[in-house]
Amino acid sequence: MTSESLEPGLDLATRTEALESLLLERGLADTKTIETFIRIYETQVGPMNGAKVVARAWTDPDYKARLLADGTAAIAELGFKGPQGEHIVVLENTSQVHHVVVCTLCSCYPWPVLGLPPSWYKDSAYRSRVVREPRAVLAEWGTELGPDVQVRVHDSSSEVRYLVLPERPTGTEHLGEEELAALVTRDNMVGVTKVAPPGAQS
Amino acid sequence: MTAVLPELDIEGPAAPPRSNGELVFAEPWEGRAFGLVMALVDRGMLSYDAFRDALVARIAAWETSPPPGECWSYYRCWLQALEQVLDENALVTFAEVDTRAATFAARPPGHDHRHDDHDGHGHDGHEVHHR
Repeated sequence: MTSESLEPGLDLATRTEALESLLLERGLADTKTIETFIRIYETQVGPMNGAKVVARAWTDPDYKARLLADGTAAIAELGFKGPQGEHIVVLENTSQVHHVVVCTLCSCYPWPVLGLPPSWYKDSAYRSRVVREPRAVLAEWGTELGPDVQVRVHDSSSEVRYLVLPERPTGTEHLGEEELAALVTRDNMVGVTKVAPPGAQS
Repeated sequence: MTAVLPELDIEGPAAPPRSNGELVFAEPWEGRAFGLVMALVDRGMLSYDAFRDALVARIAAWETSPPPGECWSYYRCWLQALEQVLDENALVTFAEVDTRAATFAARPPGHDHRHDDHDGHGHDGHEVHHR
């Protein structure tokens, strides 16, 4: 086994095409299914789903309670389910506790609510450093936490995926669910940043 | 030149889909490699957990000793992991992929059966996101 079987001269696109053609010939996969999965994750499944979950939790205390008790079930209530969403645990950020999520071994991530992970989440720099020095990493994201705030780093696994429920920013009391959802970004829900108040977003 | 995304048959505007400002797949082959795994898992030909184990091992191996001159690529590890589990399960062997890839690599420049490109210039997927 065999990294040498991947000849550097043959580029990865050609190799992928070769593999696909063999799988198609053998009836192990079909083009329509392959392209459907690509399209779904490029266009339909993404952080906007998680933002809706967060906005609902901010506006509906009963929903929030269900979300924290059983993330997967409460997320499915809004219609979001699928691969890598079988066991989602929701972590609530407060003024005392700040949760941040990583997958130290690879790239486990709650696909149904956040889509596929961004490249920085898959890079070894983030994966190793956020465990060793979370405050320094968070500061680089512009997230400054007081010494009284406890930082908890959660390592995703094949069994558990995490979604951070960020703090609702002040000055949003008048906003409805849809407007609130528009404030929430992917990075807020991984826990590397806080939700910016309305008007503060670029 | 023509937009080079019709392969994915995406309805609507031709703008590449983005997630928080970042392309979900930096190059088309990454999307194909992703779609292959999902399709195989969907049909029960592959266990995602077995694939993930192979992916974890590939990433760890690369990070332990990165090949000189080779940039980090998550989807290279992804593709290698897929090839490995297919080989281990005797569905498609490394040698078969080698042979087929060599055949494809030997195609004349300009050959491109996917993109229906008639302007006479060969291209590969790298152009897609540089429009």
